[in-house]
Amino acid sequence: MTARPKSRRVLPGFTLALGTTLLYLGIIVLLPLCGLAFNTANNGWARFWQVVASDRAMATYRITLGAAALATLFNAFYGLLMAWVLVRYEFPGKRLLDGLMDLPFALPTAVAGIALSALYARNGWFGMGFDKVGIKVAYAMPGIAIAMAFTSVPFVVRTVQPVLEDLETELEQAAETLGARPWQIFRRVVFPAILPAYIAGLTLGFARCIGEFGAIIYIAGNLPMVTEITSLLIFIRLEEYDYPAAAALAFVVLVAAFLLMLVTNLIQAWQRRYAKIV
Amino acid sequence: MNNLFTKTLVVAALAAATTFAAAPAFAQAKSPSELTNVSYDIARELYSGINKAFVGYWKDKTGQTVTVAQSHAGSSAQARKVLEGFQADTATLNQVTDIEMLVKGGLVQAGWQSKYPNNASPFYSLPAFLVRAGNPKNIKDWDDLIRADVKTVLPNPKTAGNARYTYLAAYAYALSKNNNDQAKAQDFARKFFANVAVFDTGARGSTTSFAERDIGDVLLTFEAEVFSVRREYGDTKFQVVIPPQSLLAEFPVAIIDKVADAKGSRELADGYLKFLWTPQGQEIGAQNFHRVRDPQVAEKYKAQYPAVKLVTVEDVFGGWDRVAKEHFADGGILDQVFVKR
Amino acid sequence: MNKKSTGRCLLIGLSVVMTLVFLVVPLAVIFTSAFGKGVGHYIATLQEPDTQHAIWLTMLTAVIVVPINLLFGIAAAWAITKFSFPGKRLLIALIEVPFSVSPIIAGVVYIMLYGARGLLGPALASVGIQLMFTVTAIVLVMLFVTSPFVARELIPLMQAQGTDEEETAVSLGASGWQTFRRVTLPNIKWALLYGVLLCNARAMGEFGAVSVVSGAVRGQTNTLPLHIDLLYHDYNTAGAFAAATILTLLALITLVAKAFVEWRFPGGRKAQSAH
Repeated sequence: MTARPKSRRVLPGFTLALGTTLLYLGIIVLLPLCGLAFNTANNGWARFWQVVASDRAMATYRITLGAAALATLFNAFYGLLMAWVLVRYEFPGKRLLDGLMDLPFALPTAVAGIALSALYARNGWFGMGFDKVGIKVAYAMPGIAIAMAFTSVPFVVRTVQPVLEDLETELEQAAETLGARPWQIFRRVVFPAILPAYIAGLTLGFARCIGEFGAIIYIAGNLPMVTEITSLLIFIRLEEYDYPAAAALAFVVLVAAFLLMLVTNLIQAWQRRYAKIV
Repeated sequence: MNNLFTKTLVVAALAAATTFAAAPAFAQAKSPSELTNVSYDIARELYSGINKAFVGYWKDKTGQTVTVAQSHAGSSAQARKVLEGFQADTATLNQVTDIEMLVKGGLVQAGWQSKYPNNASPFYSLPAFLVRAGNPKNIKDWDDLIRADVKTVLPNPKTAGNARYTYLAAYAYALSKNNNDQAKAQDFARKFFANVAVFDTGARGSTTSFAERDIGDVLLTFEAEVFSVRREYGDTKFQVVIPPQSLLAEFPVAIIDKVADAKGSRELADGYLKFLWTPQGQEIGAQNFHRVRDPQVAEKYKAQYPAVKLVTVEDVFGGWDRVAKEHFADGGILDQVFVKR
Repeated sequence: MNKKSTGRCLLIGLSVVMTLVFLVVPLAVIFTSAFGKGVGHYIATLQEPDTQHAIWLTMLTAVIVVPINLLFGIAAAWAITKFSFPGKRLLIALIEVPFSVSPIIAGVVYIMLYGARGLLGPALASVGIQLMFTVTAIVLVMLFVTSPFVARELIPLMQAQGTDEEETAVSLGASGWQTFRRVTLPNIKWALLYGVLLCNARAMGEFGAVSVVSGAVRGQTNTLPLHIDLLYHDYNTAGAFAAATILTLLALITLVAKAFVEWRFPGGRKAQSAH
């Protein structure tokens, strides 16, 4: 500690600020999470494995990950499109469109859930149309994916947007004078530059999809083995008073979330390095 | 501008600090003139009617003005909440086993069933069917529910007493049809669960799925709920089907002794539960399509209760203790046939 | 050139249409459904004592939660950006944890800690403290869920700004509080406001975590999102949407305020890029 440069400690308030931070984090975040870990460990490995590898639990992982993948696929297109249009083009109503991108962050998930389920149910505005062509959206996989995409799309837009803004257009102009077509320019020049941010945004969005609850339960139908997501199964186990099972499943989701966070951080570190090179 | 900003910040911080310090006190501030009742999911309308009437009744009787807070969810989920420390004075649930859970947890004294008439069950009902108008799938009896072309809607039998009654009723039907052959009854139950389109954790969720979201061909829930859905949505959309045989579903009530004693609300809680047996309380039950104990009230509302053969848990399954052990315990028959679990 | 503008128009058109279908129509559904049974029913729902209580409780909990996390955010950002100490990266990661935790799990961990069957619940109960299913429980999970919002906005910004200005102020004899108020605060106020807006929106709208730890008793522990859920299951879809319009309007106000902050503080987008 004494080896640290002295100038670093010129400013006052270190003990107070760090002390407050650690104390608060300890009480609000760490203590409850440790409680969960303790609870999981307490119930023994055999029971843990039996719960997290049961058919129904496996099905929820499949459904959650599958729907999250679908949602991420949609976001990969829509999110990129929005980021591109909002950065590169000027048109009336652009500010409004830009502001709307934050709507899913600001709108409570339960509200989004009832709105989407009313919209995509068989008797809803969109659901009616889908029903005519024989596609079931609400209470089926597409409905879950739509709810997930709705709540996670801002992650992609807002991660790609600033990188795209910082991108110098000289290289693109050079490519254009050399006769490259717009699509080629995008693919060869722009896309590689925004790729790290793009992947980071998609990963963040994917993580959000996996944890989402409020928006999905209204539209999912919650049918075990078919449309039941892991978050809901945790809730059901809790309601069934099966705490060891709830704790075990929560633990699995938590570990998955941490892994995704780690991946995102690595990608973002890569992105920062990349930004320096370019 | 900067000054204003800072001041706002300081004021906000102080406000937060004081409010937070006051929050626990606020959360616990409950005078004995307040009563909290936990109840099952579909009893929302019933108990909001009961509570309103009880406030007047209690005022007349004792001169005290009280308020009754209500909370509704799946019956077993409610029992869990009470076990977790939810401070309710009375429990009006829909299954004996749920209150027995509270007895095991030390919250309700044993022998609670003898403290009030009718095994402490002021109302009763039975599992029944609600189908879409005109009964397009021609659903008349339990047999029709396992047909390949029928999709049913009922809540999760692990959290909602409602669905457990439905399961037991289906099981009892299969037993009586197959000369008490357990294997055949289990097979019936397996097919029965295979046809379920959606499981919600509370019965009202199922009603919403069926009525508002157009899922499934038949909603399986208490007769009380079936009739009130029809009242809410009108005759044109749905049709009630009462199967020829069903199962008696009793709705037991108890004082949560530990909480009531700690809060000193026993007298009020007792008055509240006794009110359920008064003609006024029974009448409100009947208006919400529950079947009632009071002979005069039952006679008055006779027309709304179709005749049905009711078997009981005691007769078919040998009582709730055995049902709990054989059917509802971990790995029991329900777990085995509830394949989607 | 002509071809280029065609592509441009196509992309703009596509983005507008997709946004309309994907984000705006759900918004429209909320309002049309809310007025589905007429303006009278809408007003009646909002005037119900239980709805009014839910609105009040939502405001109250947000008023408690937001300032606490504001102070936490400032303290954390101050410690992290103005000093160097071992384990800093770990601390930053720890601050972000609640972002990646599913709200349901946030509720579950609190039940397992403070519930009557939890680790600390029995001890607390023996001294007469009941946390779960009370307003305090709602406040606690909201604190958990929204704790990173302010810190996240401040840390990148204050990192970029460095410590020179503060050090100069201190060397000229300013006290710590003066330095913060006169030097740091003016530099970060817009990012701070930005973080507060996001924190507030999330606190008011939190559903998953709150639904696990709240008793959900009407007129006592029912926040607006829970009240929407309750009405939705009360044969009262129109009422549920009516209550939802309140939260939707709050969300729209948040968006407008956010746009305003961005306009006054164009660097906001940069700070946010860490999301």
